[in-house]
Amino acid sequence: MTAPGPASLRLCLRRRRVPSASGATVQVSLRVPSDVGCIEEVVDLLMRHCCSDSWLCRRRRFNLRVAVAEALANAIVAGNREDKTKWVEVQAELRGDQIRVEVTDQGPGFDPTLVAAPIDPEELDRPNGRGLFLIRHLVDDVRFNPQGNSICMTLLRH
Amino acid sequence: MAFTASKDATGVYLIRVEGQLIVGNRQELKTAVQEALEHAERRFVIDFSRTGYIDSSGLGALVSISKKVREQGGELRLSGLNEDLRSLFELTKLDTLFAISDTAERALGGFPA
Repeated sequence: MTAPGPASLRLCLRRRRVPSASGATVQVSLRVPSDVGCIEEVVDLLMRHCCSDSWLCRRRRFNLRVAVAEALANAIVAGNREDKTKWVEVQAELRGDQIRVEVTDQGPGFDPTLVAAPIDPEELDRPNGRGLFLIRHLVDDVRFNPQGNSICMTLLRH
Repeated sequence: MAFTASKDATGVYLIRVEGQLIVGNRQELKTAVQEALEHAERRFVIDFSRTGYIDSSGLGALVSISKKVREQGGELRLSGLNEDLRSLFELTKLDTLFAISDTAERALGGFPA
């Protein structure tokens, strides 16, 4: 299924239900242009297709929205450098009591262990560097691929 | 994002942010405050009572704005953060960097006469 929308946005959405031992699994794939103007719509699409109001409480829905938006911003701005010839791939999967969202850019990647904690007193007035910190504190598990250009976030329903 | 700017009776510059303050529009707010600074405004309140979301870039923009205002001898206060937004300020410890009031009226009243 392809999401309707402005032609310039060129969001590509595929959604499927896959029978599994733990119940129906919803998988959503998105191909997102490197444009920060798309972030809000992508987050809305993911929440609508993967995460109903009844499945997740309001606070954790907010956490997921923030984490996905931050991962997309990092991928588009820091990863793809807003290069309009590059894409960001988003894979989301609802399985049992957890949702997993993977965001992959076409940049060279980075070492997430080298990102300073923005809450140290001497770092507080830095204008950037809070996105990854927020992600790590708002979802239950965060992993990167070895190259550092793909982040996988898992949020439990509990 | 849309915002409205006005000056209260005591001369405090009040900016109300509507919608979202995010990576795609944070520059508009920075420019608005910069222009006000150039017009000798020094006391600011940014109100978020009609704001649904601020991302990390928006938070960073507020940090930059606060720094610029302080460098010019001014003062910036924030107001109207909902529970979700306040949690982001607390998580990032930015609640220790900003003077935050529940309402714009309280923030406006917080400046020395």
